[in-house]
Amino acid sequence: MAGKTINPTRMELTRLKGRLRTAIRGHKLLKDKRDEMMKQFLDIVRRNRALRRQVEDGLQRANAAFTVASAVMGPEMLEQALLYPKTSVELDVSYRNIMSVNVPVYDFHTTGAEGDIFPYGFAQTSGELDAALETMQNVFHDMLELAQVEKSMQLLAQEIEKTRRRVNALEYVMIPETQQNIRYISMKLDENERGNTTRLMKVKDMVLQEAHHFKQ
Amino acid sequence: MYKIAVIGDRDSVLAFKALGLDVFFTETGEEARAVMHRLMQEAYAVIYLTEDLAEPLHAEIARCKDIAVPAVILIPGKTGSLGVAEAALQSAVERAVGADIS
Repeated sequence: MAGKTINPTRMELTRLKGRLRTAIRGHKLLKDKRDEMMKQFLDIVRRNRALRRQVEDGLQRANAAFTVASAVMGPEMLEQALLYPKTSVELDVSYRNIMSVNVPVYDFHTTGAEGDIFPYGFAQTSGELDAALETMQNVFHDMLELAQVEKSMQLLAQEIEKTRRRVNALEYVMIPETQQNIRYISMKLDENERGNTTRLMKVKDMVLQEAHHFKQ
Repeated sequence: MYKIAVIGDRDSVLAFKALGLDVFFTETGEEARAVMHRLMQEAYAVIYLTEDLAEPLHAEIARCKDIAVPAVILIPGKTGSLGVAEAALQSAVERAVGADIS
């Protein structure tokens, strides 16, 4: 609004004062929102770090186990054993509200054989493969939680960025500008008032002079 | 009802097949991008990518970042962690805080 001409009227002044009040209130609210979101965000980041470390360790262990299984059985046999899965995983997504950000909550369930993840007979495969698969399944729970936490983190980060920009825009642009405009209008109105008073005094002098030839 | 997908090279992601996830084997970044585009249209809520695909697919990953579904999660491939995921986390923190804290 800087540079834009504004009408120095009482109506405009009232309007601007109302806007300033709203802006200050909005600024306070947004600032509180940002602070709370930041708190939640940092918690999530911490959780994400821990989970990622866990998942990476777990996957490394599982990969090592698979390498061993592959060495024992031969890669072709291994692939054949795994190629047709017995179970299939389905995912339910619901949403949780963190400070008006909808973050997903994953809830997965497997269909197919209950409690039996091995999609092969035991005759032609090695025990190492069983162990590897079991490790993998344990890691998978963490992986799913990791997905949830990481997504929440990304969505929160986006929302925090937006809120931060709004707070800054209000604090450093909107509010100072409105204040300046209010100052400008009230100055102008005062000046007009003073101009009016002097004019009246002058007129009074002229009228008196004319009526009574009165001299001060 | 959503599904879970895993994209990566054969050795890294074969094991996920046994868990019942939808696994897509890709050898090149181009292939991975094609698969990724297809999966983004379908009902996949979580897509796991091996870390070495983060570089060729960074545009797709960035596009998924601000929407609720799907979630694109980087996992280490058979060579172990490359630190890409850690860097992504760092950049998310930077984005939120507006400064590099750590």
